[in-house]
Amino acid sequence: MLSQILYAVPFLAQGFAITLWVSLLVVVLSLIAGVLLGVGLVYGPAPLRWAVRIFSDTIRGIPILVLMFFVYYGMPAVGLHLQSFWAAVLALTLFKTAQVVEYVRGAVGSIPKGQSEAAMAIGLTFRQRLTYVIFPQAFRRFLPPWINGVTDAVKGSALVSLLGITDLMQAINQVIGRTYEAMPLYILGALVYFAVNYALSLASRRLERRFSFIRE
Amino acid sequence: MMSDASNARPALLEVRDVSKAFGAVAVLRSVSLEVTRGEVVTVIGPSGSGKTTLLRCVNFLESYDSGSIRIDGREVGYRDAATRQRRSERDLASMRAETGMVFQGFNLFPHLTAAGNIMLGLTKVRGKSAAEARSIAEHWLGRVGLAHKADSLPAELSGGQQQRVGIARAVAMEPKILLLDEITSALDPELVGEVLAVVRSLAEDGMTMLMVTHEMAFARDASSRIVFMADGGVSAVGPPKEILAAETTNERLRSFLARFRASHF
Repeated sequence: MLSQILYAVPFLAQGFAITLWVSLLVVVLSLIAGVLLGVGLVYGPAPLRWAVRIFSDTIRGIPILVLMFFVYYGMPAVGLHLQSFWAAVLALTLFKTAQVVEYVRGAVGSIPKGQSEAAMAIGLTFRQRLTYVIFPQAFRRFLPPWINGVTDAVKGSALVSLLGITDLMQAINQVIGRTYEAMPLYILGALVYFAVNYALSLASRRLERRFSFIRE
Repeated sequence: MMSDASNARPALLEVRDVSKAFGAVAVLRSVSLEVTRGEVVTVIGPSGSGKTTLLRCVNFLESYDSGSIRIDGREVGYRDAATRQRRSERDLASMRAETGMVFQGFNLFPHLTAAGNIMLGLTKVRGKSAAEARSIAEHWLGRVGLAHKADSLPAELSGGQQQRVGIARAVAMEPKILLLDEITSALDPELVGEVLAVVRSLAEDGMTMLMVTHEMAFARDASSRIVFMADGGVSAVGPPKEILAAETTNERLRSFLARFRASHF
């Protein structure tokens, strides 16, 4: 049994690489899109605020699996044909973006108005105010829920196996299909996911401590 | 810069017929007022009279519905007072850099040290090097008696110390005019003196100031002129002795002063 698992390790490692790659893409893309839309939600003109609000509420109200099937099986109807890999990344990114928008709104919205005003009063432009005054303060509040969301993204990436992508989850299933050794392989898989996410939360705790400068 | 032309101008700050309403409530009713270079003008009045709103219009933290506000001959918030076309973000920022503002709630940046608070505008707006900005910050911290606190975070300072850093942050930018918005109102009484001493020394150096305060004794001693506002309009303007005189004929002013004396002495 052990030899069969060891034999499968290179194959599982490939799956794990896909899991990490999907997670990384989703986390980075959703961070960029989420911060932009989140800032738009807090500071933008009314039409932009409404658009972001509708986007965020809609996406967060749909199960992620439905979203993924919708992008992969539904979008071709309107002419968008994506490979299963990119359809999965797009769906997961949309989902994660909606969450990041809310983290940004919460974090940026918690900074007192006086901070923006003081920054305006010394002549900082909007972008400078965000960069030097608002974001450094908002970062500490943004970090804990966001890291939580990153671990969710790693776990949620297992859903891509349902579009036939050979990530860690799918690789495990395939090895089980050959060896009929379900339990040890699922335990192995669980340990790998756990190791990644535990490392992330350790890093998060360290970061939080580093940015816990005194407030008020 | 345009200092040659502006020296000939009588008023550094000209507020002309400025009106503003929040919905149906008029907060400023055709306010006009001038501040000449080196003058210290104090605005007093009951709460809700529009004092703070007026001050915030001067550096365009608030927009106004009509009228004109000029500093050194330049319209503050709009490219043109008549068309009311707002200045661009970059333009507004550079206009705001010409006015310093000190806030009732200090509004120091909590993630930056005392020196860092002062250096931010110097480096990012004035384009000074970090070393140059640091030495300017140290100079001003020395002026407000906080040379030894340069590397302290705001949370490590008392209210009075924070407000002195707030003043240093504003004046270090070498603004043409300093706006002081009830800067001692959030302080414990025993800390008020140290902040007012700093303001007084700036006034002696010729800094032009427009301030809103409830410190009548300070207004009387430090101001060149006092503006009394009531119901969003300027009700009386004059030298301190005249405005604060008990026998004033202005009914509103008299009742304001009477109430004020009753509650503060």
